[in-house]
Amino acid sequence: MTEKALEPGDVAVAVGPVARPSRATPSLRKWMRRQSTVAFLLCFPLLAVIVGLIIQPFFYSLYLATLNKAETAFVGLGNFLFLFKRETFWMVARQSCLFALSAVFFKALIGFIAAHLINNIPSKGQRKWRGMLLVPWVIPLSLSTLGWWWLFDPAHSAVNWILEGLGAGRVPWLADPFWARFSVILVNVWYGAPFFLIMYLAALKSIPEELYEAASIDGANAWQRLIYVTVPMMRNIIAITVLFSTIVTFANFDIVQVLTQGGPRNMTHLFATYAFRLGIQSGDIPLGATVSLFMFPILAVFAFFILRNIRRRVREI
Amino acid sequence: MATLDQVTATPSSLFRSGKSLKRNRKWALIASYACLILFVIFFLFPPYYMLLTSFKPNQVIRSLDGNPWSLWTIIESGTLDHYWNLLTNTLFPTYFVNTVIVTLLSVALSMVISVLAAYSLARMRFIGSGILATGVFLTYLVPETLLFIPLFKILGTLGLLDSIWGLVLVYPTLAVPFCTWIMIGYFGSIPKELDEAALIDGANHMQMLTKIFIPVAIPGIIAAMIFAFTVCWGQFIYPMAFIYSNENLVLTAGTVTTLIRGDVYHWGGLMSGALLAAAPPVIIYAFLMDYYIAGLTSGATKG
Repeated sequence: MTEKALEPGDVAVAVGPVARPSRATPSLRKWMRRQSTVAFLLCFPLLAVIVGLIIQPFFYSLYLATLNKAETAFVGLGNFLFLFKRETFWMVARQSCLFALSAVFFKALIGFIAAHLINNIPSKGQRKWRGMLLVPWVIPLSLSTLGWWWLFDPAHSAVNWILEGLGAGRVPWLADPFWARFSVILVNVWYGAPFFLIMYLAALKSIPEELYEAASIDGANAWQRLIYVTVPMMRNIIAITVLFSTIVTFANFDIVQVLTQGGPRNMTHLFATYAFRLGIQSGDIPLGATVSLFMFPILAVFAFFILRNIRRRVREI
Repeated sequence: MATLDQVTATPSSLFRSGKSLKRNRKWALIASYACLILFVIFFLFPPYYMLLTSFKPNQVIRSLDGNPWSLWTIIESGTLDHYWNLLTNTLFPTYFVNTVIVTLLSVALSMVISVLAAYSLARMRFIGSGILATGVFLTYLVPETLLFIPLFKILGTLGLLDSIWGLVLVYPTLAVPFCTWIMIGYFGSIPKELDEAALIDGANHMQMLTKIFIPVAIPGIIAAMIFAFTVCWGQFIYPMAFIYSNENLVLTAGTVTTLIRGDVYHWGGLMSGALLAAAPPVIIYAFLMDYYIAGLTSGATKG
């Protein structure tokens, strides 16, 4: 339904009966011209938001990235070269990739499993379970991360209390580099997995029962039905959800800002929090703008794949 | 089990009968429930613990003995002090009012912009309308963390830094692309016969929009509004970057930055603040879950 708009032809078809060119008389043509003026006027606020608050700021940040700290002199690619020489920057780049890839993988995996579990149980109870499992997605992320911060408190960690009860040792959640990285990924998985669950559940429900019937008649077992029916039918929604989520996870700010503020020793910084630290907290706006621009190539590549994916799906329909 | 099997009768189970298969099915169902319970525990234990902490008196929070997860402690010694303190001694009520103002204005602004544009993009044609529809989708993919630094400079130029009006100006960028996108979908699914009938009756665009499109697409409008409300209410990096005086903060940034004091045992107040701040979106979700989920799944939301 929503992919319709992507196909320019579709938008053109949607004009209605008046636009049929074979019947165009001069007065009708005038009416159509007036209609396209109205159409443009209705879109004008949208255009103003997109151009003024998204496109223009983007080019402005390209310009900012070429200035010195005081924004008084043009330094060309100086900010980029400066970042390339810093070990911290490369650490941030590596951590952003590690964070996004591992978090998206586990979110997709948990969402996939949970969607199947819900789909397995009688449909009467599905709504209730789905409702409970979506709660982490509904709480504003910065606020639920506060709860995780308290769960990870060095002295009072309630998670450590359970681990000690189970005989495992105390874990230095946010003090140790490995565990701090683990913690930010864990919180992201906790927050994002319900979204995958909902998307995959909707996809599962749209698979025609006849396919499973046919597979059963051919003697396919549960595993074969999963591999040869469910996964191929869900391929598109899996691809789109993973691509979307990778963009958003890569650009995540809330979790690291609340939980670790980039520490210990900048080991958990992502591009967004590092840009915030440099640009807003340290007042070096051009350098911060430069850091956040590094998110753009990843964004462009993934957006390209999403768009191609949706276009292909439209053609298949 | 017979009744359960009737409810869940998938075609595959119709083709295979027999006691052992029925028993298998029963065990599969029990295993599904067991795993679902584990998932529910994983997804709900942080909010549960936040709720528990918000009712515990400070000496219980401070104490290292006893089970921190036990509901018994708050039955025994639960207190509303943290909530009372939050509402009387902190800036929390100010944050709440600021958040309500910013969110409601941003949602209203976003909805007007998106509904007008979606009507035009779904039904009319002008030069570049196809490109614009694709462009709306692409801008929806732009994360706010990419643009907060140039927007900081732009708001500075406009003199809107450290003001909730600056937030009202930039928040629509979060909601407008997605809302337009799903409204195009909902408007596009309205049968063209309705427009034709209205045109024959001499309706103009305004009448067409308010008398036909908006009433028919109400579920879509509700879904879009819930989405806009949720993202505006929960937005964190913009207030963190653009607001620096305490009395202009909104709930997310205010709770995270100012409720933490030098006092080590601030956890009760912090948790009650986080829960109260998160309450409006959670309540809306609880009552309008189906719209919420329709909005999520109809547009492949960010996640």
